Amino acid sequence: MGVNRRSFLKIAGLSTLFGLGGKAAMDIFVPGELEAKIKAVPLTEGKRWAMVVDMHKMDEKLMDACIEACHHEHNVPDLGNPKEEIKWIWKEDYHHSFPGQQHEYIGDEIKHKSFLLMCNHCSHPPCCRVCPTKATWQREDGVIMMDQHRCIGCRFCMAACPFGARSFNWGDPRRVTEVKELKALNPDFPKNTDYPTRSKGVVEKCTFCTERLAKGQVPACVEAANNVNKNALTFGDLADSDSDVRQILRKHYSIRRKPELGSEPNLFFIV
Amino acid sequence: MLDTALKGKQGYWGLLIFLLAVMGVGFGCYLYQFSEGLRITGMSRDVSWGFYIAQFTYLVGVAASGVMVVLPYYIHDYKAFGRITVLGEFLAIAAVIMCLLFILVDLGNPTRVMNVILYPSPNSILFWDMIVLNGYLLLNIFIGWNVLSAERKGVHYPKWVTPLIYISIPWAFSIHTVTAFLYAGLPGRHYWLTAIMAARFLASAFCSGPSLLILLCLIVRKFTKFDPGKEQLRTLAGIVTYAMILNVFFFVLELFTAFYSQIPGHMHSLVYLFAGLEGHGKLVPWMWTAAGFALVALVLLIVPATRRNEDTLAVGCGAVIVATWIDKGLGLVVGGFIPNPFDRVTEYWPTVPEVLVTLGIWATGFFVLTVLYKIAVSVKEEVSA
Repeated sequence: MGVNRRSFLKIAGLSTLFGLGGKAAMDIFVPGELEAKIKAVPLTEGKRWAMVVDMHKMDEKLMDACIEACHHEHNVPDLGNPKEEIKWIWKEDYHHSFPGQQHEYIGDEIKHKSFLLMCNHCSHPPCCRVCPTKATWQREDGVIMMDQHRCIGCRFCMAACPFGARSFNWGDPRRVTEVKELKALNPDFPKNTDYPTRSKGVVEKCTFCTERLAKGQVPACVEAANNVNKNALTFGDLADSDSDVRQILRKHYSIRRKPELGSEPNLFFIV
Repeated sequence: MLDTALKGKQGYWGLLIFLLAVMGVGFGCYLYQFSEGLRITGMSRDVSWGFYIAQFTYLVGVAASGVMVVLPYYIHDYKAFGRITVLGEFLAIAAVIMCLLFILVDLGNPTRVMNVILYPSPNSILFWDMIVLNGYLLLNIFIGWNVLSAERKGVHYPKWVTPLIYISIPWAFSIHTVTAFLYAGLPGRHYWLTAIMAARFLASAFCSGPSLLILLCLIVRKFTKFDPGKEQLRTLAGIVTYAMILNVFFFVLELFTAFYSQIPGHMHSLVYLFAGLEGHGKLVPWMWTAAGFALVALVLLIVPATRRNEDTLAVGCGAVIVATWIDKGLGLVVGGFIPNPFDRVTEYWPTVPEVLVTLGIWATGFFVLTVLYKIAVSVKEEVSA
């Protein structure tokens, strides 16, 4: 017997009358059913996470909302200097997102459009290959992780990443709460006290929000996008042939950044 | 033998005090960097390695070049080099020490450097570089010290040193090959992604290192009673000549592949270095200076009369050092990062503290070199007396 929304509410409502909590009641009347239903969104059990950016559904405002959600979630500071910029998710025009693929006759719509970029969470990540301390590694679900407590700051991963997806803390990021001109740029830093801020001398990057995946939530940027335009960003498991991402990629032509390098990026763009 | 380093003339102590002063300034700047982070350097998220790693790369070449006196002596039984093998080995020791220091100052978290050993990662070329560099340092310390102290006592060096000497020969090639692999295996960095990188590194090492050794020999002859020998210098000059020709030839091969194929990624870094890209060209005058010095060096080295004349040879060696230093100690690392993965140009130029830290490390290397050469020369003078 499956538990749909209707029967869940019926059982939960009835049992509340009898003084039982929703989940407790479910456990008594249909043991195991609720867990089975939650697992239908197995965000904690993916095999190869990927993201699809549907450029038809994306606009500047929506991208800004995604960036804001990410920076809020991960306390990404604004250091006011492009040389020191910390980038988890950012906008870039077509030419510079896909260098070598542009040509002068491309339509203005694409030419002047921003693309939403982040770490590609490559299947064959050059960054992990070169790390001398295993401070960056590939999780079993495909997410490329960083251990900022192990990183020695050699920046070999930054030289190895062909996508510019890695940022180094050239100085102490926490100084934004002390330095006057940086304070103005980061008024309520750190915005999310549940997520650690970083220290100087370590590399950081997008982690597909592993802290949210662990709680069964989609990445912050995906949530922000879907609040406005459903499926502007789709996050899912490439190993599951029925997943949203697989269905979308079957239906639409998609491109990836620098596929010729063989790192197998898991960030797809529908254009 | 250490006692010989403690007895010296005024000039010797003056030099050491001068070097100590430069080291002190460099150390002070490093303390500033240690507290502020690498933001005090000219590096950025686009050019994430700079002067430090470039010096490291150059000096690995100098270290490896010690083999150019060791190999002919021990493998080809070229007796003349017996006089100066220890000078090559001691130069290698000083160079490797500088290499290790340049790596250390480049780290964002130097206090965690032991993580490289605590979490060994054989898939990382940096892990292997750590092994070959430290191994090469130890080999040269053991070999140089034992051979020299045997010479002082007038006996043959202990038997167990022999295998170390033979190991040290391929080991020298390995340190520069592994260092080239740091660059040559990275996807998306077209200037570095070239199969000839290790060969280029070795060629430039075997002209720049022996050039420095020739200059050092001339200095030793001028200021001490030990003469490294005319024949020795002449043979070294021949090695420098062949290696410099190869070095330039290999570079021309790069130019051909890039510009005949017309593949933008292969051309961009070279265009940036020699002509400027998108209006950015900070390194252009430097690269043409290098090309000019390379040409001067080739002429002075190839023409027999100027190669055999020790004054013009010294000028030629100086020109080799300038040309290879700009090529490897400036252009190679920075050029590889430009343009960045987004095909944009962010330029790099070292800051004052960064240059002072660099000078401090060079001074440390020359301090070690001065002390080691003082010991070596004292022993040589003692033996011949």
